Parts: sequence; structure tokens; C-alpha cells
Amino acid sequence: MFSPRPVNVFSYPLPVNNQGFSSGFCMISDQLYQALQDLVGKKNVSLERTDRITHSYDATQHEHLPEAVVYAATALEVQEVVRLANRHRVPIIPRGAGSGFTGGTLPVQGGIVLVLTRMNRILEIDQENLTATVEPGVITAELQRQVEQLDLFYPPDPASREFCTLGGNVAECAGGPRCVKYGVTKDYVLGLEVVTPTGDLIHTGGVTMKNVVGYDLTRLFIGSEGTLGIVTRITLRLLPKPAAKKTMLIQFGSIEGAARAVSAIIAGRIIPTTLEFLDANTLACIRDNPELPIVEACQALLIVEVDGDEDMLERQAETVLKLVAELDVVHTETARSEAESEAIWQVRRSVSPAVRRINPNKFNEDIVVPRSRVPDMIRALDRLSERYQVPIVNFGHAGDGNIHVNVMVDLSQPGMQETVDQVLEQIFQTTVDLGGSISGEHGIGTAKAPYLHLELDQATRAYMLTIKRALDPDNILNPGKIFLADDQATEQLR
Amino acid sequence: MKELQLFAEAIDQCVRCGACQAHCPVYDQERSEGTVARGKLALAKALLNGQVQIEQRLAEDLSLCLMCGSCVLKCPNKVPTDQIVGAMRRLITADQGLTPSARAVSALTGSPRLLNRLVKTVDLLSPALFRKVPSSSGLRLRFPLPGQHNRTLPATASQSLFARFPEYTQGQADRPVVGIFAGCATSYLFPAIGAAMITLLTRLGFSLFFPHDQGCCGIPARSAGNGRLIDQLSSANLRAFSRRPVDYIVTACASCNAGLRQLSVPDGPPPFADKVLDIHQLLCQEGIDRQLAALPRGRQAVTVSYHDPCHLRTRGISEEPRRLLQALPDCDFVEMSGADRCCGLGGTFSMHHYGCSQAIGRRKLPGLTASNAALLATACPGCMIQLQDTINHAGLPVRTVHSLELIIQALDGQRP
Repeated sequence: MFSPRPVNVFSYPLPVNNQGFSSGFCMISDQLYQALQDLVGKKNVSLERTDRITHSYDATQHEHLPEAVVYAATALEVQEVVRLANRHRVPIIPRGAGSGFTGGTLPVQGGIVLVLTRMNRILEIDQENLTATVEPGVITAELQRQVEQLDLFYPPDPASREFCTLGGNVAECAGGPRCVKYGVTKDYVLGLEVVTPTGDLIHTGGVTMKNVVGYDLTRLFIGSEGTLGIVTRITLRLLPKPAAKKTMLIQFGSIEGAARAVSAIIAGRIIPTTLEFLDANTLACIRDNPELPIVEACQALLIVEVDGDEDMLERQAETVLKLVAELDVVHTETARSEAESEAIWQVRRSVSPAVRRINPNKFNEDIVVPRSRVPDMIRALDRLSERYQVPIVNFGHAGDGNIHVNVMVDLSQPGMQETVDQVLEQIFQTTVDLGGSISGEHGIGTAKAPYLHLELDQATRAYMLTIKRALDPDNILNPGKIFLADDQATEQLR
Repeated sequence: MKELQLFAEAIDQCVRCGACQAHCPVYDQERSEGTVARGKLALAKALLNGQVQIEQRLAEDLSLCLMCGSCVLKCPNKVPTDQIVGAMRRLITADQGLTPSARAVSALTGSPRLLNRLVKTVDLLSPALFRKVPSSSGLRLRFPLPGQHNRTLPATASQSLFARFPEYTQGQADRPVVGIFAGCATSYLFPAIGAAMITLLTRLGFSLFFPHDQGCCGIPARSAGNGRLIDQLSSANLRAFSRRPVDYIVTACASCNAGLRQLSVPDGPPPFADKVLDIHQLLCQEGIDRQLAALPRGRQAVTVSYHDPCHLRTRGISEEPRRLLQALPDCDFVEMSGADRCCGLGGTFSMHHYGCSQAIGRRKLPGLTASNAALLATACPGCMIQLQDTINHAGLPVRTVHSLELIIQALDGQRP
């Protein structure tokens, strides 16, 4: 049964941002080590320095050593590890592929990194009800391959889908290019099995499309970044696989043209599968690659893909080209084969490796603004880039207003960290002013915690913290994430 | 540590995106961070920073690498993790000495005489040591090696390649001189592959230089982390091939190809890097694919598929062997899914971790079965050993061959 203990807010160990250990936590005692070994087997728990180092980081490149690493194989093991951690007051940090961009799986306050990659069974693909039930360690692309063999479709496609896990996708509510048309992870989760911060096993939602019994706890856990529970089983909704797709590359003489094209396509009542854009700064990084079909006059480009039945595609593609024809288009190209489609996508894929050449350090933010405000946002970013003299490279999912803003700097230059901090704060403030959100798909973790207050007011943050404290009275689960230790909202709670 | 220091900048190029997880055959089995490139690079960095010392767990993680180079190929920043693992293994060896299996491999590949004598002895004792694997080619050890339970092996040859071909064969005066690098497996286990290579090149009018004092390419020594042996073999091979000027050095073994390219001198670039050619590249250059395609096609074709050796695939050599196989008159070529998956051998890897190595090999089976191929061709004797072992354990009626064997048969008008 689910039975949270009464909360004593005054003894609540406060999350500490980034460095250092909160005094509220204990080290791994011999007794705890022994108990963990008895539970998961000797070879699945380690205090060795080697293992602590290899589980100290994620894609943010920050490092925090955990005290122990545990590999779990079953929900029961997860439950027992969490109970032990509560008894010994040691933090638990759930971990999948460790490919997150915001520090969600960094053990910032030490503790036990609990790895779920070996819980990687696809338990069921139900072809009658179009659902799949999986363990959290299943790799997103692996599920996609399996269901596509049955002519089914699981749309969310984060760039890391070949290695990220579905458990991580749920914890961060992963998105991707296809989300313009198909929505994000939360639109596909029907039900969850979750180990709570106190070690109970609960079930949310179910396997049916409709379900309004009790609170919608499923949504509460999606995007909770491992702070409210550890997902041990996921039931996902599937779609029939689209019969075909068509890819177009549209090059514009100006960013205005590209931005207005996005609005024109949507206003023309066409929702493409993907609508990716690259701005002039991004193009500058890849222009020297002769294999890419980028014309000289191009200052911004869109990659548009539509999908559906074969006979509808031709018409849709034509409509798209007609809608944008007057908008400073300098070149268009429609793929007639899978190979030509791949060649177009190669433009997008060449971006990430190429931008690294500008400067060694990349601050990759995933802001999102209403679609119609994309041009305003790009202009504001250009102004910031000029004012602070730092290169800002923008590309991403224009179709849903989700822009990947990359501030490229060399942190070894004196004072650069301070400059970056200011630029980021300005970017986030502008985003919020335009009615947007500071994270579309990466989450908050530690990286964006300092900016949370720009988007969420004190009362809202306090509400969230109340939930966290009620469910995790000893702050065992992934402490130090989302909220700053000195968040004023905590004052309000006292 | 000095050697690892040379890679410090490359190690820093890892941005920890985690993309290597999707391409590492070992991670695919183990699903633990220590097995994948990102984890090993974190350890390399920690070693350089003094954050960690060489400890048992670190040595274990470092042993879990096939050095196949798949991660390097897909890394957005092309961090040379295979070379960095090599440097770390040499560091561990310098600290802890060679492991027993690494010592065995080093003893064999370090001494052609010992290898030759052992092969002869094994050949003589073959009936006592092996029993035939039923219904497929290969042998099974009667007295399994520790950790190699039920490993099946190819039969050794009664006469090595060196005993069959002279050091120098004069060809047409206007044709290039080709250096022949045979490699251990081709010389002693599969001399037919070497014979096919030499025969074909002779017919094409090349002059051939086949120095009999050539040694092992050094790949097993790299895998074992034996720095001293790598240097010894490097100088032996340099000496052997400096006795006569050659235009190319040709090999029929993917691993030897990689070994020769990496072969190094103390100062300066790797001397053979631009000279080494895979035999399939040279045959395509010479138009053998067109010659095969022009042959009259037989009635009953044998279905043949191809396995990409990592050491060719990661160098971008995957088209040439296929082009030749597709042109064979008595074969139907079918592409199998997962052709580019590693076979799981990885030098000493399969000796340390035979179970994991077998599991990686088994990942080839669904694609192979679905292809309905009767023959699985490849371009590396190492892959042949591992693939045949995998096939034997699965009880499939498939025979592993080197593509050269099929090519020469076809040119000689024989059916496969």
C-alpha cells in the first residue's frame, strides 16, 4: 500500500545545487553495502572507484562521484534498494543511458546511482489494442524497430533515440522532430508502474485509451526527472505506421522568409511530420561541405517532411510549395527516393558535429516559443549575439517553436563564464516574455534550475515542492534537481 | 603513462553524448557504462588526472573492448577510442604484467618458429586432440582450454604458405611490384586463401615479393596490450619489406590490413599507411569483377552472403568484396541484415570473454538464417574462425569461406 509518512518540513534535507553534499545524507555503511550485495548480488553493486567514475556524468559533461553503483534487474529489486536507501538516508539517482542534457542523472549529492539499463525487455506488443508494454531500459529505437516490423509506429524521436532509454524519455518527457504532428512522450504513455520514493509499488493509468479514475498520476510522473518515483514498467500507445513520406528542402534568402513560411504552412492547414529549420549562423558552419546541396543565396532553410497515404503525399507536397512560393524562396528540392530523402536529412545531421568547430564549449538550450513568435525570437537572439559578442547558432524544430539555441564559447577566456550566464539569463527571459518556455524537451535538472523562477512563479514552485515533500519526505530520490536549494518558494512553505 | 598522455587532447574531445552506446557490440551485451567508449574515455581521463589508479575493476573494464572501431566511426568527434584502449592496455600490462591468455597469444604471434612448430605438432596430433564437428566443417577440442568450453576450430594445414611459395616471382616488366603480407591465420590455418591471392596476382602479371621473414601484423599484440612485442613486430616487418621496393603491400586479412597501417616507427608517420591494399580493392582495380560477370552463368546457383569484417568496414571498404561476390557466375548474392555487425572475436577478447564473444556472434544468426545463405563469405580469417564457431554451435548448415576462395574457383571454372 502507498503510505507516505508525515512530513516534517524543518528537517527536510535541502537540495544543494551542483557542488557539495547536503549534511542531511549519510555515506554508504558496511551494513548497507552488505545489504545491497545480498539484494542484487555481489557483481551488481560496486563501491570501486572505477565504477563510480564511469557513473559520474551524463551528456552535460559535469561530473559528480556517487558512492555506490547498483544495477537492478527487477521492480522488486528497485523497491528494496529504495527502502534500504530510506532506512540509511542515502540518495538514489536513477539512471538510464546517461544521455540527458540537463544533469538529471548526475549524483550531485553522492549516494547510489541505480542503473536500469538491464531492465530492457519488451514485455508485450498488443496488435489488437495498439499498445506496447516495456521495461524502462528498452532503447527507444529498438522499440521503434520492433513495432515497425508489425506496421505499427511509436512516434517520439529524440535525436538520441538510438541509445536513450524509454525510462529516461518518460522521466524527461522527450520530444523530437516528429512531434510537430505527433506530439511528445506524454501523449503516448497510457500507464506506468512506479516505485515511489518510499519504496512502494504503484500503478497509474492502464492500457485503455480512456481512463479518468482518480488523479492523473501518469502525467505527474512524466517529466518529473526521477524526483518523484522510479518507473519500472511503461505502457505506450502505438499508431499504425504511415504508408509513406515525402521530404522537401526549401532554401530561403532570409530568416524572415523561412519564419513566415512556417506560419504559412500551418495556416494553410497542413501539419507536416517534421518542420526543421537552420538559421544563417548554422548554415555558415556547414557551407564548406561540398556534399550538401546548399545554394549560395541561402540564408535559412527548412526541411519539411509530410507523411500519409501515397496518393495524398504528392498533393500535400505541392500545397506546401505553393504556400511558401512568394516568401523569398531561392531554391526547392523534393526527394523522389529514400536516398534523396537521406541526402536532405544529411544537411540536418551534419549540423551538430560542425558547430563544435566554432568554439570548444557549447551551451545547448531547448527553448520553445509559440510558432508565430519564432521570427521575433531569432531576431532577439541575433541582437544578444551581437551585444555580448558570442556566436549563437540556432536550429531545430520550427514547426512547434522549439528552437535549439547553441551559445558557442571558449570558457578558457577570462570572464567568459560570467558572460555566458548573462546571455543565458537574457535568452530565457526573452523566451518567457514571448509567451514561451525555457525547456521544450530537455528538462530542468541542474542546468536550468537557476532559471526556473523566470517561468514559474513562487506559488507554483511552492506547490510543486509540496508534492515532492509529501511523496519523498527524506528527499531520497534524485536530490538537488529542478529546484534550487535557496529557492524562495521553500521559505513560503515554512 | 607518457603514451596515454599523447592522447590527452583526443580524450578531451569526447563530449559524453553517449552515441557510442548504439554502436558498441560489447555494450549491447553488457549494458554497463564501463564497457562503452564514453566510460573508457572517462577512465582514461581519470588515469591522466590521477583520479584513479590502475585497479582490478579498471583492468576488467578495459578488457571488455573488441577494438573493432565501430564507436570511432560513429563518434561525432571521431575520438580514436580503439587506439586509446590500446594505450591503456599497454599501461595496464606495464603495471601488472600480461594476463595468461595475453601471454599465450604473445608467445605465438611473437615467434614464427614456435607457431610453425606448434601448427605442425597440432596437425600430427590432430586425431587425438580434436573430434570432427558433425554436419559442418571444423573441429572440436577433446580437451577444452580453460574458459573456451566447446570452442570449435578450423583444422590446421599440413604445409604453411611459406613452404609453398618462393620469396620473389618475376612478373611483367611494366607491371607494379606487389608485396604479399600473409598473416598468421592465412599462413598456418588457411594457406588456400594465401595461395589463391598469390596465384591470382601472378596471373595478373604482377611481380610478387613475399618475404619469408615477415612476422605477425601486431594486431593480437595490440589487443593483448604488449607494447614491447608491437615494437619488435614493427621492426621485423619493416626490415622484411625494406629488402625490396614494392608499390603496394596486399593482404587478404582485414585485421592484418589494420595492423600494417598502424605499424609505427619511433618518429614519423606510419610507414605502410598509404601502401596497404586489401586484395579485393586490387582485384576490382584490375577489373576482375567485370571478368567474373562475363563468365557463363551456371544453372544451379549457391546462395552466398557477406560478413563485413570491422577492420575493413571502418576503413570504408565494404563495396569491393560485394561487387566481386555479386559477379560470381554460380552464386546468388544475398545481403543479410546485420552484415556489418561485429562477429565478436576481437583478438584476445574472445579468450578473456568467450561467453560474451559468443553472445555477440549469435547476434549475426537471425540475419544469416533469414538470408538462406549456404555460404557465408568474408574477408578476414579471424572472422571466419569466429563465424564458423558460432554457426557450429547453432547447428546451421552454413559454411564460412573467404571470398577469394570463391573467386578463384569461379575463374578456374569450378563450382563452389
